[in-house]
Amino acid sequence: MIRFTRVTKEFPRTGVALREVSFHVARGEFVFLTGPSGAGKSTILKLCYLDARPDAGEVRVAGTSSVAIRGNDVPKLRRKLGVIFQNFRLLEDRTVEANIGFALEVTGAPADSIAPKVARLLTQVGLASKATAFPSELSGGEQQRVAIARALANDPVLVIADEPTGNLDERATRGVFQLLRDINAAGTTIVMATHDLDLVKRADCRTLELNHGSLVFDSGAPVLGIAPRAEGST
Amino acid sequence: MSLATREAFNGFRRSPVLSVLSIMTIAFSLYAFGLFGLVALNIRAALAQVEDRVEIRAFVADGTTAEATSTAAGDIGAFPEVQSVTFVTSEEALERARKDLGEFSDVFEAGILPASLDVQLKPGFRDPATVKSVADRLKTYDFADDVRYGEEWVQKLYRIRNIATLAGIVLGLAFAGVAVIIIGSTIRMAVLARAREIAIMRLVGATDGFIRSPFLIDGAVKGTLGGVLALALTWVSFSLITRFVITAQFFDVRLVIAGVAAGAVLGFIGSALSVSRHLRNV
Repeated sequence: MIRFTRVTKEFPRTGVALREVSFHVARGEFVFLTGPSGAGKSTILKLCYLDARPDAGEVRVAGTSSVAIRGNDVPKLRRKLGVIFQNFRLLEDRTVEANIGFALEVTGAPADSIAPKVARLLTQVGLASKATAFPSELSGGEQQRVAIARALANDPVLVIADEPTGNLDERATRGVFQLLRDINAAGTTIVMATHDLDLVKRADCRTLELNHGSLVFDSGAPVLGIAPRAEGST
Repeated sequence: MSLATREAFNGFRRSPVLSVLSIMTIAFSLYAFGLFGLVALNIRAALAQVEDRVEIRAFVADGTTAEATSTAAGDIGAFPEVQSVTFVTSEEALERARKDLGEFSDVFEAGILPASLDVQLKPGFRDPATVKSVADRLKTYDFADDVRYGEEWVQKLYRIRNIATLAGIVLGLAFAGVAVIIIGSTIRMAVLARAREIAIMRLVGATDGFIRSPFLIDGAVKGTLGGVLALALTWVSFSLITRFVITAQFFDVRLVIAGVAAGAVLGFIGSALSVSRHLRNV
């Protein structure tokens, strides 16, 4: 699903963000990305949805190569992905259902398919009763569930979550994490960046640890037994 | 209604003051353009009337027979540039001069003015170069004592018209540039105001074309509304001028449609230039 091959990324202001990072994530895995702030977690996620391109090396995601892809094809890749952020990134002036429907509309979903799909997604994330609420009327955990529902709108094969529980209390964190586990159990690959080491320890999922732009630890894949180890990391 | 159209109109709803302001500014730019266009149109119409009077006068030398003059007139009438040739006798010339001079009509005495062949040129052949070329050919005829066509006057006439046309083009382009810049600025603000939505659209896989379309519709609609408002203002100004100053003519239907369409095109272009540039920064 994801293959990083000797990927290096440097930003003009902050310097080297990733240095020759290589790893592979198989279809159906649930992988944590951990490490201190500035270690390169968000950069890896941005490279996955091609918000940034590697300076050297290759990123392959869902069959698409960062080397070969043209700018016009980036939207096609993103329709196969769902992305979630710490700060939810919801549209405050639209209701919950409008926020989710928006993702379907802008990707050209048939108008008559949107309402039933939004209803199904809201049921999936446990917010069927909040369809007409505005984001400001919801708790942090609920807002993140809306963001997850939006991320699932285009039936992604991979969900990329950047600190999705970073702004949530423990109870909400558990709820959101369980939701992500359920989504993973249904076959969707998930890569989640987090600072929450307690969550990582409890979850027993594969963990990739970054430090100063290098991959320093890969726990392997205990559940699937695929053992995708770090390849050539420093 | 498509999402792009809805989003374009939502832009109006979300920032009504900015939208009205941008429509007004576009309207005033196009209004200035319309007023100048109106002036140019009326100058051109007036010049066209004056141009009808451009003629070459070949004075007939003393002793030229009526037959020779008639043959020459037939010959000249066959020039491709010539519309008509009129023989004016000495008496007719005197009569015409007296009529033109009014109260000073008694300064002329009979026989003082020579007979002439007055040559009218076809429309499209009244430019200074053609007039001179025909006049030069007339000079080669034996009957022609002198050939006059008001060389300086013809050239001045054309110079005025060329200046009017050039000024129209320069000012028109300047105003069009202002309109494009204004629309570009409003679209820039709209892009920044919708930065969050645009970021989400990109994230979920909306194409660049799809993301641009509401802004392009927004620009075209504002341009059209600005064009209609400018048309109304120009019409009011025209009515006041016609009523209190001078009778003038207004744009015909084709020019009116072209003017409003120009507003839409300016809005679209301003939008397209701005949105491509600013989307990169969102």
